[in-house]
Amino acid sequence: MESGPITGPVLTDGAAGDTHPRSAELSGVPAKPNPATGELGGTFWRRFVFRRPLVALILQRLGLSVGLLFAVSLMIFGGIEALPGDFATTYLGQSATPQAVENIRKDLGLDRPWSERYLSWLGGAVQGDFGTSWASKNSVSEQIGKRLGNSLFLAFFAALISVPLAVGLGMLAVQFRNRLPDKIINVISLAAISLPEFFIGYLLIMFFAVQLGVATFPATVYDSMTFTERLSAIALPVATLVLVVLAHMMRMTRAAILNVMSSAYVETAELKGLGTFRIIARHAAPNAVAPVINVIALNLAYLVVGVVVVEVVFVYPGMGQYMVDAVTVRDMPVVQACGLIFAAFYIFLNMAADILAILANPRLRHPR
Amino acid sequence: MSDYKDYLTRQVMLGKMNRREFLGRAAALGIAASTANTLFATSAAAQEPKRGGHLKLGLEGAAATDSKDPAKALSQFLFVVVRTWGDLLVESHPTTGAPVPALAESWEPSADAATWTFTIRKGVKFHDGKELTVEDVVKTLQRHTDDKSESGALGVMKSIKEIKADGGKLVLTLTEGNADLPLLLSDYHLVIQPNGGMDNPDAMVGTGPYKVASFEPGVRATFERNQDDWRTDRGYVDSVELIAMNDATARIAALSSGQVHFINRIDPKTVSLLKRAPTVEILNTSGRGHYVFIMHCNTAPFDNNDLRMALKLAMDRETMVQRILGGYGKIGNDFPINDTYALFPEGIEQRVYDPDKAAFHYKKSGHSGPVLLRTSDVAFPGAVDAAVLYQESAKKAGIEIEVKREPGDGYWTNVWNAQPFCTSYWGGRPTQDQMYSTAYLSNADWNDTRFQREDFDKLLLQARSELDEAKRKDMYRTLAMMVRDEGGVILPMFNDFVNASTKQVKGYVHDIGNDMSNGYVATRVWLDA
Repeated sequence: MESGPITGPVLTDGAAGDTHPRSAELSGVPAKPNPATGELGGTFWRRFVFRRPLVALILQRLGLSVGLLFAVSLMIFGGIEALPGDFATTYLGQSATPQAVENIRKDLGLDRPWSERYLSWLGGAVQGDFGTSWASKNSVSEQIGKRLGNSLFLAFFAALISVPLAVGLGMLAVQFRNRLPDKIINVISLAAISLPEFFIGYLLIMFFAVQLGVATFPATVYDSMTFTERLSAIALPVATLVLVVLAHMMRMTRAAILNVMSSAYVETAELKGLGTFRIIARHAAPNAVAPVINVIALNLAYLVVGVVVVEVVFVYPGMGQYMVDAVTVRDMPVVQACGLIFAAFYIFLNMAADILAILANPRLRHPR
Repeated sequence: MSDYKDYLTRQVMLGKMNRREFLGRAAALGIAASTANTLFATSAAAQEPKRGGHLKLGLEGAAATDSKDPAKALSQFLFVVVRTWGDLLVESHPTTGAPVPALAESWEPSADAATWTFTIRKGVKFHDGKELTVEDVVKTLQRHTDDKSESGALGVMKSIKEIKADGGKLVLTLTEGNADLPLLLSDYHLVIQPNGGMDNPDAMVGTGPYKVASFEPGVRATFERNQDDWRTDRGYVDSVELIAMNDATARIAALSSGQVHFINRIDPKTVSLLKRAPTVEILNTSGRGHYVFIMHCNTAPFDNNDLRMALKLAMDRETMVQRILGGYGKIGNDFPINDTYALFPEGIEQRVYDPDKAAFHYKKSGHSGPVLLRTSDVAFPGAVDAAVLYQESAKKAGIEIEVKREPGDGYWTNVWNAQPFCTSYWGGRPTQDQMYSTAYLSNADWNDTRFQREDFDKLLLQARSELDEAKRKDMYRTLAMMVRDEGGVILPMFNDFVNASTKQVKGYVHDIGNDMSNGYVATRVWLDA
């Protein structure tokens, strides 16, 4: 049987992985499992990847996110441990006596080793319990609930306005490519992105609150406010945020659509005699979705976790301000909880963007 | 001229000037007597407080970590919050700094000033309707004296040995005599709470002019007038709202757009800009807070008094006050006391910038090479600029100062009270004794200049229990001279408290005790429609 070493029995063993090398490669799973340890789980996972690459990819992405979150939690804890100064002295300031400092340190268990404190903190955090604030002795989860609500409220309205506006303006810019509307949109958005956000905030305050007196300032929101009062309070910060994030998303939409516009099938559509807007909306935009989704996700994350400066300028009680307050007095449980929640937001939104991009990819949606 | 007229009018409104004086000064301005008479009448009428209205204050210093417990009140924001709802046993007089009765009607020391008997006011009701008793007072003081407590007043209270009720009176026994005890009880943490706050320290129930309506840490606090207030000379507005505004520009924007009536902590650099707004009034008050350059007296090269003297003489105080404080302050004289303290030792010669004399002492000290000064912007506003200014003025005396900028994070732990030469500030204390005991007594916790002298300690303790004012004043003079001529502190300036309000706000009392009318701003002002 020297003629057929390829079909020989020697190689049939463990050759299953070679049958469809392309799909295995795509999922990133090693093509050849070890035949000796070939556990049931491994085989099952390989079959699953082969049959449902989409679900497998998403599951993998989810697993990665959870792992990342754990790594981040360790980094947050380590980073805070490395900060100079400690809570007791910072909190009491010049009015502290060594006695009071000692009392606080013992009270908070700061004398325990850091690994022990990390584990007990993580154990609580997994169950949604972030402990009590050292400074105010209130439940961190409870306080964060309110602050996060405020932050999300602000971010939601900023996103509600900026995302459709950015995508719409991007499409508009493509349609009038290199003509006046395109140039105006570009110049304005570039100007907005070049100014630091606090400066935009101050400008808006100066014009709308101080000189014209039409806008509400400060944008402090509190429990007893009605919904309309809240909306009027957040008008200026929302306007600032919209200006800050608009350009980024708009320019990415424009670039991605333009990229697709040079492809062959758009040319076909043009030759078919379709209108420019129709081509952009029906044929180009859906294929430019992945990069746009990525940029939108990043900006959404920014709207939740990156708006500290805007919150401070407008005196808005959101998460950013909460974390800054906590950092200044070294209120560790609060800082850790904020850091972890911020990280979770980033990871979640990035993951959502990835998954949406995967779903938007027809080659993965319809495996052969 | 109109500025001066405004000033005169304000003096009348504050009750600081009588009719004769006013007419005389007005005549000097060329104002006709009949006009001046009307002006005086309107100014004097304006002194009559109006009731009603909603007062809004935008304040720096709030944080989400703020505590409701007065024992743990530390920020500027909480300072005002506590003053608005709570009362103390003793308050300090706004202009003389002497103790005045509050919830304690009167007091009596023993001959050695070691036992004090306080008569507690009757018929005062807490916000929850309960009547104030001596027991509540005893429990309050006990809570703040407990070693386990995290009270900010713990340092003040540790000299109290025994607290007990004797009939309707409160009797305090001290470990040693202290003539200043009543003033120590004016510490803002020592708010009298029902049962001393033992059951619920966070309840925010007191006997003050306003009841707490809502409190969101780091966001806002609202108050309603206490209809059963035991005093009639305060609490003029119906409701008060304190809004946390940690951003200086936000505060200024809120004030100039009329969204708030009062803001605190104005950067001297921006005062001249804010002054241009027609509706705004700048309120600056001399205070006890001071900015310092501290040297460790026991660490080389600062263990040499000639070098310390050289460094003191090389400081240009006038320029410091002008450049760093924008003129909103007074020059210092290298001891931590100014004329806002009772028993201030007058007539001590002002130390001035003298490069020649500085060079003489520097040469005598035998030191050579640069002197390392550590600083950071958290030490006090403009500290880095001040250090550079100092470097320049010292250069003229032939002294080389090397300025090292340290990170603000951890400055109070790693640099202040740890490194031999750095910049810092002190907030001032209610009494001279307390100021010296906190920072200049040999074994003081915060002896940040390592000033250790037995004769100083002995004299300070003697002065503490001395009830004869003249003798005491003399002792304080000696103490001041010791610190001034041999201490490790270079004290170029006392900073003013700079706040601002809209012109609607009337009756602001310039209280030397502390910032924001000693925290009583919300209870003392009224709104002129």
